[in-house]
Amino acid sequence: MGASFVPITVFTVLWGIVGIVCPFFAPKGPNRGIIQVVLMLTAATCWLFWLCAYMAQMNPLIGPRLDNETLIWMSRTWGNKIA
Amino acid sequence: MGSLFRSEEMTLCQLFLQSEAAYACVSELGELGLVQFRDLNPDVNAFQRKFVNEVRRCDEMERKLRYLEKEIRRDGIPMLEIPGECPEAPQPREMIDLEATFEKLENELREVNQNAEALKRNYLELTELKHILRKTQVFFDEHEGGANTTESMTRALISDDPNRHIGHVQLGFVAGVILRERIPAFERMLWRACRGNVFLRQAEIDTPLEDPSSSDQVYKSVFIIFFQGDQLKTRVKKICEGFRATLYPCPEAPADRREMAMGVMTRIEDLNTVLGQTQDHRHRVLVAAAKNIKNWFVKVRKIKAIYHTLNLFNLDVTQKCLIAECWVPALDLETIQLALRRGTERSGSSVPPILNRMETLEDPPTYNRNNKFTSAFQNLIYAYGVATYREVNPAPYTIITFPFLFAVMFGDLGHGALMAAFGFWMCYKEKPLQAKKIDSEIWNIFFGGRYIILLMGLFSMYTGIIYNDIFSKSLNIFGSAWRTNYNESTLQSNKLLQLNPDSNDYMQTPYPFGIDPVWQLAEANKIIFMNAYKMKISIIIGVFHMLFGVCLSLWNHIYFKRRISIYVEFIPQIMFLTLLFFYMVLLMFIKWTSYGPTPGHFGSDEPEIVKTSAYCAPSILITFINMMLFKHDENTRPVCDPVMYAGQMGIQKFFVIVALMCVPVMLFGKPYFIMKEQKERARQGHQAVEGAAENGTAGGAAPPAAQHHDEDITEVFIHQGIHTIEYVLGGVSHAASYLRLWALSLAHAQLAEVAWNMLLRKGLMSTDFQGGIFLYVVFAGWAAISVSILVLMEGLSAFLHTLRLHWVEFQSKFYAGEGYLFQPFSFEVILDSAGQSEE
Repeated sequence: MGASFVPITVFTVLWGIVGIVCPFFAPKGPNRGIIQVVLMLTAATCWLFWLCAYMAQMNPLIGPRLDNETLIWMSRTWGNKIA
Repeated sequence: MGSLFRSEEMTLCQLFLQSEAAYACVSELGELGLVQFRDLNPDVNAFQRKFVNEVRRCDEMERKLRYLEKEIRRDGIPMLEIPGECPEAPQPREMIDLEATFEKLENELREVNQNAEALKRNYLELTELKHILRKTQVFFDEHEGGANTTESMTRALISDDPNRHIGHVQLGFVAGVILRERIPAFERMLWRACRGNVFLRQAEIDTPLEDPSSSDQVYKSVFIIFFQGDQLKTRVKKICEGFRATLYPCPEAPADRREMAMGVMTRIEDLNTVLGQTQDHRHRVLVAAAKNIKNWFVKVRKIKAIYHTLNLFNLDVTQKCLIAECWVPALDLETIQLALRRGTERSGSSVPPILNRMETLEDPPTYNRNNKFTSAFQNLIYAYGVATYREVNPAPYTIITFPFLFAVMFGDLGHGALMAAFGFWMCYKEKPLQAKKIDSEIWNIFFGGRYIILLMGLFSMYTGIIYNDIFSKSLNIFGSAWRTNYNESTLQSNKLLQLNPDSNDYMQTPYPFGIDPVWQLAEANKIIFMNAYKMKISIIIGVFHMLFGVCLSLWNHIYFKRRISIYVEFIPQIMFLTLLFFYMVLLMFIKWTSYGPTPGHFGSDEPEIVKTSAYCAPSILITFINMMLFKHDENTRPVCDPVMYAGQMGIQKFFVIVALMCVPVMLFGKPYFIMKEQKERARQGHQAVEGAAENGTAGGAAPPAAQHHDEDITEVFIHQGIHTIEYVLGGVSHAASYLRLWALSLAHAQLAEVAWNMLLRKGLMSTDFQGGIFLYVVFAGWAAISVSILVLMEGLSAFLHTLRLHWVEFQSKFYAGEGYLFQPFSFEVILDSAGQSEE
């Protein structure tokens, strides 16, 4: 329902790499733990935030209410010529 | 290796130092900066300690140095910064040399200054005399009546009163110099005191003269007073004295005056050369001192710090060695041992110092090793309270959650980029900016938080992209998921038209990254959509944040081996949060996935399709409230299912009941176990005492007294009650508190939009070349408002709200913050603070 395979995979994999794969390659040293936490939390928060925005729009309950001039402009510039 | 997740493990150590080696050892430890000494003679007056004399000598040296510094500053000689490394603390015997040097310098300087002052006073007198001679010459010349000037003056005076004939009377006069502002009062006084029988002439000296005692520039006037008789003379002289006028001898005859003037000129010239030489000498002395003064300051301050520290030590009975107690990070024991050995070697002592670990019941200080990146975040935490010893430190998590929560409120690509650019500039120019030592407090706050600002900016850029806001406009990168399918006549006859998601207007797959740009154009119902979205994410983020906090408390319980707390605190807490609030989050996701248009069945009336359509979507808030109240709303929409999924009602009731059952567990669980434990101990203790008594060694083995556990049970109850109430009510109010994320982000977006529509849009819509000028002006206004209000003020408010969310909503779940900070004896810190107080 409304979900598209490509963007979900792309962004999940992207943040997955940052949050799960990258921490393994964090430089050794006293700050390794901090770098890992930073990477994991960054990935988690950014992914969650993206996911919420995506899911909130997946099955819209209302549509945008637009000015007719805007609608004409939309169809001219974003394609789908007026019938 | 020590990490930031918990504070360092500390040990209390006892340190035995040989008297001769103590100084060198403490100096080495000061360079290291890893040891916090405890005061072992707290009841000894500061004046009765062992090394008071040395400290006093250091104070005296510091005073001399400050005097030198003041003189150097007065002459505007640049002071040389210390090249390379800081000098080490000098040996105690060097102190005498230093003292001698400073003494010599100070005396020399004082002498030079005294001489210079005397010379200057002399010079001032001579210049005043010179001026008197010059100006009085004018007075005398003005009356060219006869060769005898006094005679002419006599005539002038008496001519007003022809009836009173007085014979030839000799008129006397005095000449002097007085401060210019005193002239009017002086004149009035003379007139009154002498009943108008004196004649005052005055002339201003144009060039200001230097006052030798304060070296201020003062304006003065020359005056000459004529009078008759000795009585008046004494009176006039008294008045002059009273007004601090300096009187100078002035010969009557013109030839004498000329001769005197010549003499004065030559003397002034001589004096000038002498003065020049004195100044040169002073300058040379100061330049030589300026080269070393910073170095000396460091040395003296180090010596002083060492003796201050030595004053904290205890003297051994044999007077041969000093005993110190200190807190030390357990990991640095090796380094400290090494430093101590170095110190012993330097002092040439043969007896090595002894470092003993001590057992103690006291709470050790909290010490986190921070670098320049983490320290800013650590300070945010410390501002709330210093972590209890070895407690979970929230700082590492704050590094990301803080900028993230900030960015949720501040989300705008444009404003975020401005902030990130500012932060990046400060980080990039870190060294030069640090070297500048700017004094402004506001700047220092910004500079101290440069990494926070950079991260906040970067995260705001990300959330800005997701919100699709750049100065309140949107980017259409991936192509909107919405399109117009209206025909021309509909478009022309209707002013406002709504796109229908349940049709081909919506492509059925959303905009892949962030909010669809079409919403920015939908002025009529953009806010409705954004409110629903932002409110939901605020709660989702908030619940995750709180759950994270509660999980950290588990980590604390495990570390401190508080098994009871895990069962009667952590588990009910997390269940309470999960069953109520995380369940609500799940409902939101269910709503997002299961209600909406069904492709291929647009506008269908089939019951199965209608049940999952937007028409049947329930309100999450109403559902949640009903769940808490065990209420069942009348179904106003008969075609729809009253529940979101099968068995919802039963599950909800179960969840609420279990969650409510968690409350008494939280409330009574811990007091119950503590009570049980106490009883157990009391019984054992009793037995132990009895056993001991039977063995006849009653006093010998006292029952192990763990003062911590024997607190009053009512106190435990009250404490736990407060905790529970705080947590349960907090669960509700904290979840609601996260709605500030929604409110502030909405306000920010709206303000940005107002700024755009009210200013920049007007400018962009004006035509012609005047329009260009207008746009130029309007853009300046818009940019100023964007930076000052939207970035600075909104940024500040979002920052404060984020801080609150961390301090209250997040940290209240796991953070006690009852520790005290580790303050090691470190030369670096001491010199820094000394340098700051000086400026």
